Parts: sequence; C-alpha cells; structure tokens
Amino acid sequence: MKVLLSGNEAFARGAWEAGVSVAAAYPGTPSTEILENIVQYKEIYAEWSPNEKVALEVALGAAIAGGRALACMKHVGVNVAADPLFTAAYTGVGAGLVIITADDPEMHSSQNEQDNRNYAKFAKIPMLEPADSQEAKDFVKLAFELSERFDTPVFVRSTTRISHAKSIVALAEPEKHAAPAAIERNFEKFVMLPRNARMRHPIVEQRMRDLAAFADAFERNELIMQDTGIGIIASGTAYQYARESYPDASFLKLSMAFPLPEKKIREFASRVDKLYVFEELDPFYEDQIRAMGISVTGKQVFPICGEFNPATASTGISGAKPAQAAPLLDYLPPRPPNMCPGCPHRGIFYILKTMKLFVSGDIGCYTLGALPPLSAMHTCICMGASVSAAMGMDKALGDNNLGKAVAVIGDSTFVHSGITGLLDIAYNQGACTVIILDNRITAMTGRQEHPGTGFTLMGKPAKQLDYAVLCRALGIEHVRTVNPYDLEQVRSVIEEEVNRPEASVILAQAPCVLHRREYKEPGPAFHIEVAECIGCRACLQIGCPAISWHPDEGAKGAAHINTLCTGCTVCAQICKKSAIKSGK
Amino acid sequence: MNSVTNILMAGVGGQGVILASEIVSEAMMRAGHDVKKSEVHGMAQRGGSVTTHVRFGEKVFSPLIKDGEVDILFSFELLETVRYLGTMREGASLLVNAHKILPPSVTLGKDSYPDDIAGLLASRYPRFELVDAPAIALQAGNPRAVNVAFVGALSRYLDVPEDSWHAAIEKMLPPKLVEVNLKAFALGREKQN
Repeated sequence: MKVLLSGNEAFARGAWEAGVSVAAAYPGTPSTEILENIVQYKEIYAEWSPNEKVALEVALGAAIAGGRALACMKHVGVNVAADPLFTAAYTGVGAGLVIITADDPEMHSSQNEQDNRNYAKFAKIPMLEPADSQEAKDFVKLAFELSERFDTPVFVRSTTRISHAKSIVALAEPEKHAAPAAIERNFEKFVMLPRNARMRHPIVEQRMRDLAAFADAFERNELIMQDTGIGIIASGTAYQYARESYPDASFLKLSMAFPLPEKKIREFASRVDKLYVFEELDPFYEDQIRAMGISVTGKQVFPICGEFNPATASTGISGAKPAQAAPLLDYLPPRPPNMCPGCPHRGIFYILKTMKLFVSGDIGCYTLGALPPLSAMHTCICMGASVSAAMGMDKALGDNNLGKAVAVIGDSTFVHSGITGLLDIAYNQGACTVIILDNRITAMTGRQEHPGTGFTLMGKPAKQLDYAVLCRALGIEHVRTVNPYDLEQVRSVIEEEVNRPEASVILAQAPCVLHRREYKEPGPAFHIEVAECIGCRACLQIGCPAISWHPDEGAKGAAHINTLCTGCTVCAQICKKSAIKSGK
Repeated sequence: MNSVTNILMAGVGGQGVILASEIVSEAMMRAGHDVKKSEVHGMAQRGGSVTTHVRFGEKVFSPLIKDGEVDILFSFELLETVRYLGTMREGASLLVNAHKILPPSVTLGKDSYPDDIAGLLASRYPRFELVDAPAIALQAGNPRAVNVAFVGALSRYLDVPEDSWHAAIEKMLPPKLVEVNLKAFALGREKQN
C-alpha cells in the first residue's frame, strides 16, 4: 500500500516496522511529530523525557536490556545528549539503538544552524541521511540492522525539509516485536571505567574501518552515471535540488553521511570532468574529500549559511542569479509570529517592560516577548540558560543587580534544564528572581505533555511535578504564586521579590489558551466604548491580535476589539479611561 | 521532459492552508501522480505567514518549488498574495481568496493595509481569479469550510477526476464535517460570475 507521509511520520512507521520496543524524546522542531506518531503503534512504549540526555539514556538502557530503542531530538538536543552519546559509541549496544537528529537549516524554529553530521565524525557513530519520506522509513529500519551488525548506536539525520515534507511511501508489514531478552551482564563492555574504556577505544576505531568498508559496498551510496561533464556529490534534499536542476548530470548520491565511501568517491571523481560537492551547511564532505587528495568545488560557490533551495545549485555552478521581477508594491507590512489572543504570557511581559527590568530569557513561545511592542526579553541562548545566566549577571553586578534583573523561563524548559541552574542560585546564594511561566504544557512545539502536566505521552495520568515544593527543596525560601492575568498582583509581587536581597521564585500559573484538556469557554469578550477612548494607544502596547487601531475615528483615532478576544482582561486593566468594557 | 505542476499556497496561520495542501496532495496521489509537499511548522506558525509547496507529476525530486516556476499561486489572503508574486512563472494562474487579515503593524496603527490589491492584481495578471470563498462556505452551511470551498475553485484548474477529490476530502476531515465540506467543495468548483 502507498500513502503520503511526512518524513517524521515515515520515521515513526519505520521504527514500528523495525520492531522498536522503546522510544524516547524531548519535543523540538522539526523532530516533534516522530514521537507524536509513534504513540499510534501500541506495541511501542513511548515517552516524553524531561530532556534529550534523559531520552538518550532511556533508549540506551532499553537497548542494553535487549529491546530495539529509538531516541529523537532536534539538532541542539544532541548537544544536551552529547554526554551519553560519546560513551555509547564505546559501549556499543545490545539490541539496536537509533538516534534521529533533525537539523534546522535556515533556523525556521531554532537558535543556531549547527550541522549535526559533525557529531557523527566527532562521536565516531555512523550516520544515514534520507532524501525523502520513503528513505526516511527505509533508513530507520536499515539503521537498526547496522546498529546490531556493527554493535554501535546509529544516527539518522533529518532536516526540516525531510521531516516536514510529504512524499509517497510504500508501507511494509512490521517485523515481529520480540519479547525482551534477559539483560546481558558484560563488565568490560558496559562499565566504562578507564581500564575498560581503554580496551573499547581500539574496538571503536576498528568498527569505523569496518563501517567505511561497508559504506563502499552500500548500494544506496549510489553512482548515477549520465553526462560526465558535471559530477555532483550530494545527500538529503540537497541531492533532490541538484538532481532537479541538473537532470542529465552524473551523481554520487550519498545515503550514508558518515563514514564516507572513499573508493566510490575516487571512482566517481575519476569518471567526471568537473566535480562538485553540493551540501547544505558545513563543508563536511568537502573537507574529507579534499583530505583524500581529490580536487573538488564546493563552498567556493555554494553558501555555508542558510538552507538550500532548488535554485542554489544552478546559481553556484553557472553563476547566473535568477531574474527578479519588479515588486507590485514597494512595501508590504510584515507578518511576524505573535502571542495568541488571551495568552497568559502577555501581561507578564507588559509588566516587566513597564518596570524596565533586564530579562534573562529562555526558549519557548514566550521568547516572542522579546519582539515589539513588548520588547521585554534581553537574552535568549539555549534551554535553561535564563536561570544560570541570571546567576552570573547577579554575581558580576553585585549589589548593583538588586531590582534590575530577572530570569523568565517556561514550565517545560524549567523541567528540561532550569532546575540545576536554580539549585546553583540557592546553593551559591544568588539574589536572583526566577519567574516560571507555567502554562501546563510544552506550548511552542504544539502542546506536548511533560512532568508538570499530570499526563504522559501515551495518555496515562501521571505524578505531577509540584514546582513550589521542588523550589523549596532546592533551597529557595521565597516562592510566590501569581495569576498572570492580574497585572497589579504580578507587578507588586515582582517588585517585592526583585528588591529582596535573596533568591526567589515566582510561579505564574495559567494554562495555555490552546490547551485542549484545560480549555475554558472564553469569558465575555471586551469592547471599547469609542466615545470614551481618548486615542492614547496604551492598549496597543500589549501587541494583542484582537485589538486594532482605527486612525479615522474619534479626535485622535480609536482602538477596536475584534472577535478574537478571549476576555482575558489584560487590556481593560491597562486602559487609563476604563473605556474597555466587558460584554456587548 | 518530466512535467511537474507547481502550486504555491500562501496564507496566515489558522486559515487552514496546511489542510488544503493535504487535500490537494492526497487527491493528486489518488489520481496517479508522484507528489511532494513541503512547509514549515513551529515558531513560524504563530499567526505568521504560512506557505506550503505542492508539486506533482511523473517524478518529483525537489520538495520546494524554484522561484519563477510556480504554475498556480493559490493565496488565502490578499496581502499575502503580493508577497509571493515573484515566485510565479510567466503566464501562471493566480487564485486569490477575497479575505483580509490585518498584520500586527497595521493593527498597531504603524502601517496601513494596501488599498485595492484585487484591482491591482486584475490589471497586472490576466489569469487572475478572485474567489469569495468565505461567502461560498457560508452558503454551504459552515463558515469554517472556507479552505475547502477555495480548494473547490482550485479543482477547476487541475485535471483530476472528481472522485479523487471526494476521496481526499473524506480522508482528511473528521466524519461529521465531511458532508458540509463536500458541499463547500462542490459550490467552489462551480464557476462563478
């Protein structure tokens, strides 16, 4: 049977067809839908782990215990999981262990553009790279075979244009889901004491030589010999773009990103006149091919930054830029992403802005609080950095910091990697205030469960993390709870806590407005009495999509509220003339 | 020569652009074509501009359409249409939903929404059709069926058997919404004056 699947749906299907027994992940664009799709296969235990390090360790443990296991993450998630990753290359596996890394060239939803093929080389772990959904499914299955054959974790690398593109896939029947084997006790293989690790390292090096030989024999590293004037080495969507622009050229289509098939590359190079390496992001193949002593054109003509598109190959090879028609209009208002109407984060950032605090920020929907008109976040680095960076700011500024800086972090991000930072603040006596925006869901990636939501990925009720108890246990004595829709309460509590020369946590608790389980009928919508509106535009300063400005009304213009209003009351609390009223 | 048809769909998060692209892709596969479709999820979706690329033909390599090779620009919002005109090939068709959604800078009073976009498009693009999909959806009995009504209008431009469309709509929508959406599709498919 043939169906249209996204790359992520195909990865999930491939894992099921491969008989996976345990799958673990932390949500992150563009990888999230892999686990969301895996839950439909009841034979697989699937979990949202608190972070990627935990997810990989859960998967590794399952593999050691004899069950095929999958860990999925976005590119920066591998940074979090890097500690077990490098040593898992030494221990090897029991049953197969596959790690899907979903990179985000162009940073559609990411803070950097790292090329995770580098991790394969760095950690000495083989990596497959599919170029469409059919290969996404096939390569996950193949990765499990390679993992068991070579006793190694195996990477499958995706990118946004693989994970979030749909193409036609032929489905297959699943392999038998085997009963878990008895756990193997193997001191020299699984206990990475220095003496054992020293013995394992040469095994890793021999494995890489064996895998390199496999790469040369691997038929999916495919020589497509056509016109030999131009030869292009490419993988992933870059291969698809180049194949479309140069349908008659010769190709070496790499399906294994690491290790490289050196003999095939040498053969291909010898059979074409002009050799190009067409790869998105880093010169990963190019550098290795040059090290083989082969002359090749790559990043001299193709960009390192940003994602490729179907014109990139021809622009680089011919030098001709596509003609741009004159635009119909000289200027178009931009349409950036925005917090939803009724979002509980909006009022918090409004207050932080009015208080002129320096906001050490973090990663989630609330990062939109950095954008105008709220403009109330001043750093955003990586998951959890808001908390620990606030500690550093506090220590560098000393007493000057009192009343000036706060950390703002979401619930899921706090669970992911904010807890250890908060422990540092408590232990080393930072005078920081950490605001946890608890909307009871991992909102940014599409509302996934986490340890604070009370439910698991598989839909079971679960222990719900009690943030106040946790914070006190870490040593934070001042833990306050606020209603993020009550601006006066938010302002006064922040005011008190940032001026206290001790650590504190403010829990701002209200569910995400898109949260299905906690959905509440919107309160009565608000409207603006145009006769009472003085045109001061204060209500526009919260950037709510439900409020619009009508310059032709009233003496100086007037604001209107449209049908998107959820009745959250934040604008009404800001209006100096009380012109914003509930109901019709 | 491998012939591939390229449809670029544009709109604003929440308009059902992605669902429309799912229906079109499914119908194309059922009609026997190779199909690829690509869009971006995540941060970009929070009320921002949304585009999705749908490509079908004998064999499709790239999941993205090359600039200047769009055969049909299928736009759910007037202003968004203008953002992507440069992607069209000479003589491409332009279907636009008669709907305005104000961007944040306009609601904040910093920018204004351009006047008479439909008039400008009509004067510049001979193969331009303005579709009042919200009115068609209302006529079908559910204002939320705008996207499927608009797909009905698109179906006139594509040589695909009617039953492929119906099967795609039945697959992509929850059972209780199928009937009203089939009706919206049929009304959109009728040429209006």
